[in-house]
Amino acid sequence: MTGSKGNGEARPGGVRSQSDVDRMRSRRARLALGALYASIGLLAIAFFRLQVVGQEEYTLQSTQNRLRAISVPPPRGSIYDRRGRLLAENVPGYSLALLPGSPDSARATLERLAPWLELNSERIDELHERFRQRPGTALLVDDDLEPAVVAAIEERRPQFRMVLIDTHPSRRYPPGSSIGHVIGYVSEISESELEIPDFETYEAGRIIGKKGIERQYELELGGEPGVRFVEVDARGSIVGEFGPRPSIPATPGADLTLGLDLELHELADSIFPDTMKGGIVALDPRSGEVLLLYSFPTFDPNRFVGGISSENWSALRDDPAEPLLNRALSALYPPGSTWKPVVSSVAMREGVAGIEDFMPNGCNGALQYGNRPFRCWKRSGHGALDMSGAIKESCNVYFYQLGQRIGLDRLLSGVNSLGFNGRTGIDLPGEVGGRFPPSRDWYDERFGPRGWTESVTLNLSIGQGETEQSLLRMAQFYAALATGLPPVIPHLRRSEVLENRRVDWRVDLSDPQRGQIVQAMSRVVNEPGGTAYRFRLAEWEMVGKTGTAQNPHGEPHSWFVGFAPANDPRIVVAAIVENGHPDNTTSLAVPLASRVVQRFLTDEEVPTSSPAVTASTP
Amino acid sequence: MNVRKEGIAVRLGDPLFVAAALTLALFGIAMIYSAGLTEIRTPVANAWKRQAVWLALSVIAFAFASRVPLRWLEWATPWIYGLSILLLIAVLVVGSGPGTRSWLKFAGFSFQPAELAKLATILMLARSLGGREEPEVRLLRLWRPMVIAFAPFLLVLAQPDLGSAVTFGVILICALFWAGVPLFTIFMLVSPGVSLLLGWSATIWGVWFVFVIILLYLRRPWMLEAVAVGVGNLAAGALAAPLWNSLAPYQQNRLLVFLNPGIDPRGAGWHLIQSQVAIGSGGWLGRGFGEGPQKRLSFLPEQHNDFIFSVVGEELGFVGVLVVLLGFGWLLQRTVKIAAGSSQNFGSILTFALFGAWFTHLVINVGMTVGLMPVTGLPLPFISYGGTFLLMTFIGVALISRTAQEH
Repeated sequence: MTGSKGNGEARPGGVRSQSDVDRMRSRRARLALGALYASIGLLAIAFFRLQVVGQEEYTLQSTQNRLRAISVPPPRGSIYDRRGRLLAENVPGYSLALLPGSPDSARATLERLAPWLELNSERIDELHERFRQRPGTALLVDDDLEPAVVAAIEERRPQFRMVLIDTHPSRRYPPGSSIGHVIGYVSEISESELEIPDFETYEAGRIIGKKGIERQYELELGGEPGVRFVEVDARGSIVGEFGPRPSIPATPGADLTLGLDLELHELADSIFPDTMKGGIVALDPRSGEVLLLYSFPTFDPNRFVGGISSENWSALRDDPAEPLLNRALSALYPPGSTWKPVVSSVAMREGVAGIEDFMPNGCNGALQYGNRPFRCWKRSGHGALDMSGAIKESCNVYFYQLGQRIGLDRLLSGVNSLGFNGRTGIDLPGEVGGRFPPSRDWYDERFGPRGWTESVTLNLSIGQGETEQSLLRMAQFYAALATGLPPVIPHLRRSEVLENRRVDWRVDLSDPQRGQIVQAMSRVVNEPGGTAYRFRLAEWEMVGKTGTAQNPHGEPHSWFVGFAPANDPRIVVAAIVENGHPDNTTSLAVPLASRVVQRFLTDEEVPTSSPAVTASTP
Repeated sequence: MNVRKEGIAVRLGDPLFVAAALTLALFGIAMIYSAGLTEIRTPVANAWKRQAVWLALSVIAFAFASRVPLRWLEWATPWIYGLSILLLIAVLVVGSGPGTRSWLKFAGFSFQPAELAKLATILMLARSLGGREEPEVRLLRLWRPMVIAFAPFLLVLAQPDLGSAVTFGVILICALFWAGVPLFTIFMLVSPGVSLLLGWSATIWGVWFVFVIILLYLRRPWMLEAVAVGVGNLAAGALAAPLWNSLAPYQQNRLLVFLNPGIDPRGAGWHLIQSQVAIGSGGWLGRGFGEGPQKRLSFLPEQHNDFIFSVVGEELGFVGVLVVLLGFGWLLQRTVKIAAGSSQNFGSILTFALFGAWFTHLVINVGMTVGLMPVTGLPLPFISYGGTFLLMTFIGVALISRTAQEH
């Protein structure tokens, strides 16, 4: 706006004629039209920049705007037992997820969903928080919806614009709680699991194995998710499939066959005393295949499918009976008298005593060492016993003296050379390795150089004191003792590679020596007066060793570890019942073990798998 | 036959102008129809029917209004203006609307008094300025038109509706411009407004202020005027910050986002970005009528109203945009021609002020969709959905037509 023009237009002081006004107006009209077309030109340039120059970029943005990639969950591989019986499978299920969008509407949607999905306010808070932390990804709310709930939500679609209901394979464990501990369970991947390098390709919302076999073989069972492209509107509602990009189907996970015997699990589940805690493990001593890995109390893995409610979860977690603790694998116990064959093996290998050797003092109920008596379980005493008799009757006084004769140093190095200080290497997560003092220094460090005496040798000789072992570890040692073969590594998956794996320690006894220990353990079960005589088997020669483990938590634990048949061992079994009754503690673990052995050996004679053959069996 | 044809032509004043207005309005209904074609059906799906009814009413209103002699209208103007001011006050007391109080409702009928006020202010200014023999040179003697425009300006600002408020300013300037007020006088009038805009930066405002002072010194207006302009600029510069703070946060956001849409891509910037994506993906020829994915999936805000031009851009492409812009250009050019050709001062100023109002709406609305202008919620004349607005626009068309007729 310059002033010079204005001067000519107005003539202050003079009356303007109509023609003056017309001239002024036509000038100003030209000015106005100039402004009009300049503005339109400017707008046209702006549109040209967006529409012609920027078309490609904006078209791409427009596509991204409305395109959502939705993960298609892969069906997990099925899991079978040694006879092809189903342990884990997939059934069609419905999942419900919230699509990316504003956190506020996500919260409102969750609140509207609450009555149908039984979400309490805590769970809503938790889900909302997860939604906020991962913008741009769908939030899995429930992956095990009832069809009735699906129908109810679909009927009210307008209220649930952000909700994506999808069919997907849902996990089912037909055997239920009998295999809970060994099979583990599946659930949505957690924040911390997303950081694990193995799972770097996994995305939030993915269902992943959390424990047991499901976790161990996650990468094989899990499969590869596919991708489905859908078109969404501004509010995040899905309006349909996105035609231009075809879906990528999911790759199903691989099936898995285990050496487990489902029937043994069902048997164990039915015979384990309801009021007690403990576990049973059975192995094939030749291959290392785990036949049975049972822990009680147990849980039903089906309860985790679809996301376990926080009440159920805290009930499981806070239960004083610890149903989530796998007592066959992750719990350590003093081995008690089941330890005696270990000490015998060391003694024979070191040449300090043979199977028929007596010790200087007969058993009169206790052995005086220093100024304190070390007791035998039998107050009246066993009298004079050789090693075989001492194993049969589980005489502590004999083993106190045997231990002294071996000496602490040789005992420590001998036991350590049998691998009792570490894990077995089973293909399951959560194994806790056995504990045994590696050397004298361990005692010095722990108690101070003058804080302990050689009397520790006595306790170590009867499986008390500073040794703590798992059921699995004891079973592994007995398997080595049973076969004389290089010790196996227990494993669940049926695989030749795993069968051929062997540990790097040896029992190192001659076959006759080993036979003598087996013979002594046979007397435990099969001779009157043996500690397990009541539970011998009529058709098979079962051998083994009972144990009564003193412990600080209450009544002694009842142990049995053994195998059968003695001349051709095909099953090793280890059982423990925690805090049994003091009077008949051995009778708690032994019957569990003997029934497992009986069932296994009986079933073994029945031809497997083929239904035609099964049908023709009388 | 011939006589009758001519009769219609005479009654229409400028039949091509009226035809252009009607064409744009029909095109608007088509675009509103398209805006309602969404994947998930919304109430917008029926908006085109309501707009069609309003267009019918508007045509009837046009038929009546174009028969009213301008002299009668000039006589009635103070009453119309007074009524519109009363309605603006009423809307502040009992009005309703999303976020702002801009709607009056009675008997199931919604009405935006600001739209009537724009027309009434134009009439009032035309009456006030058109009655003079001489164009006024002295700034302070222009107090009457200033008050006429300022009253609705302040009332609309209080709703708050910044976009409409600015329109009153533009109407005033256009009316003064067409009445022959010297450009320097208009400059003096506008300068405090510029100070207000530049007030956020002391340096830039300082440069402007020195420029104003130098200009005042060179042009030597009356001392009182010079002092008033100087004080006005100082006050506006000082008031900029407090005024900014008195804006509602959403208004501040809109203005900030205009400067940089990236600052709030999920909030206030969202609309602009989505609009640009829609327009940009239209390319040369567009996605096809009714087919725009951004629109179909409701990514465009107010896509039948404020952002209808984004739908035009997405579906009809650059070519379609250019045709529509040129259509507006032709209509507005025609309006200026009618204003220039009229010997009737009242009608001429009225016509030119209407040109100014429509032109402002066009530039602000269309500029907003591409990010050239802040998001203010000014509708696009003839095209945007809105009954009152369409009706007032067509009454405007009638008055222009009448002006052309009385030529």
